[in-house]
Amino acid sequence: MRSLIDIKELSTEEINELIAVATDIIENPKKYSEACYGKILATLFFEPSTRTRLSFESAMCSLGGKVISVSSADSCSASKGESVADTAKVVSCYSDIIAMRHPKEGAPLVASMNASVPVINAGDGGHNHPTQTLADLLTIHRELGRLDNLTIGFCGDLKFGRTVHSLITAMSRYTGIKFVLISPEELKVPSYIKRDVIKKNNIEYVQTTDFEAVIPELDILYMTRVQKERFFNEEDYLRLKDRYILTPDKLEFAKPELKILHPLPRVNEIAVAIDDDPRACYFKQVYYGRIMRMSLILKLLEVNV
Amino acid sequence: MNIDSIKNGIVIDHITAGKGMMIYRLLGLEKLDCSIAIIKNVNSRKLGKKDIIKVDSDIDIDIDALGYIDPGVTVNTIKDGVLVDKRNISLPETITNVIFCKNPRCITTTEQELPHTFVLTDKENKVYRCIYCETKAETK
Repeated sequence: MRSLIDIKELSTEEINELIAVATDIIENPKKYSEACYGKILATLFFEPSTRTRLSFESAMCSLGGKVISVSSADSCSASKGESVADTAKVVSCYSDIIAMRHPKEGAPLVASMNASVPVINAGDGGHNHPTQTLADLLTIHRELGRLDNLTIGFCGDLKFGRTVHSLITAMSRYTGIKFVLISPEELKVPSYIKRDVIKKNNIEYVQTTDFEAVIPELDILYMTRVQKERFFNEEDYLRLKDRYILTPDKLEFAKPELKILHPLPRVNEIAVAIDDDPRACYFKQVYYGRIMRMSLILKLLEVNV
Repeated sequence: MNIDSIKNGIVIDHITAGKGMMIYRLLGLEKLDCSIAIIKNVNSRKLGKKDIIKVDSDIDIDIDALGYIDPGVTVNTIKDGVLVDKRNISLPETITNVIFCKNPRCITTTEQELPHTFVLTDKENKVYRCIYCETKAETK
């Protein structure tokens, strides 16, 4: 039985297989419409989330399975003090697979150690969010036809942005990758990501605060929101939240084949005027997220179609 | 200076000079009622100076904790006055409840019963990370 807590647990071959199944789902959706008939997904979300929870639930419904759900910590036994371990043991009796989001880092790992069904980490604090990374990888693969030889710019909150850490980790396994890390000084990529992932894999990278200067060299621009919930101090949040805003004039010198990604929700870091630009991929990314979650559920439930 | 040989027990040798008392406390040796000798600043060809702990009782010790605090120590087991086992202790791959995660966002801060387990991620620099949140342990 496999769970997915960290993107590092998946080999390159497994990611390729997930992308291949996702591609087949896009091309032949009917083939998969009853693939998980009789199976139940439990979504345990102890932190507010709309899109990720709905994405998982939509993915399971699209596979012909059913969904049971907890959408906030207040509405379940966690509010009475039940441990994550006990919750995982109990919910294992109700479901065939669990998707968990939790504000505390490592909570889904604890759940996977105690559950008798596969657990998918749907985001644990500022730590990991592997299914967003799978969505990002499918988006890049579908839009550019490759996962190697890319210059990828990350912009915004690179310190607490779990999607950034996971995507950097995932892309570091491919050849010809260059990272351009654009953030305020206070929100730079943590040193352990630079040392243990980027430098360890001999990946070329630059760190900068100058957004406009680096846009022309990018194949991918991964924008992120400065997340209010990650700050202990509201003053810091207010000071940093509007530092980088992508507007049409900033794209003037960007490559025509640039792809703009964002894990969403967006606040104001991408102007609405960008939405109609053919380079904007963030809404397609949401669709690819559902497809990739379908592919992952099939893999973890060991369902072959 | 002479300390009598022990008949049944363990000798922790090649302790970095000055770490004897730390290891004594870490292993909870103060709770034992057998004879224990902590010998400090013994001349050593290998280390220059070293500490030695002799425990006159056949006890189980936390080898992983010992390896974390002072990799390179040797644990000798004595039975009926004869050396029956000699183990060179190196950095353990994992350690549990020896050090504690300080990350306020880690699940261990709210779920007190969870064991604090760290894994060795960089042997050269002796870096251990929390298995839950990957926060680097503060080294002693």
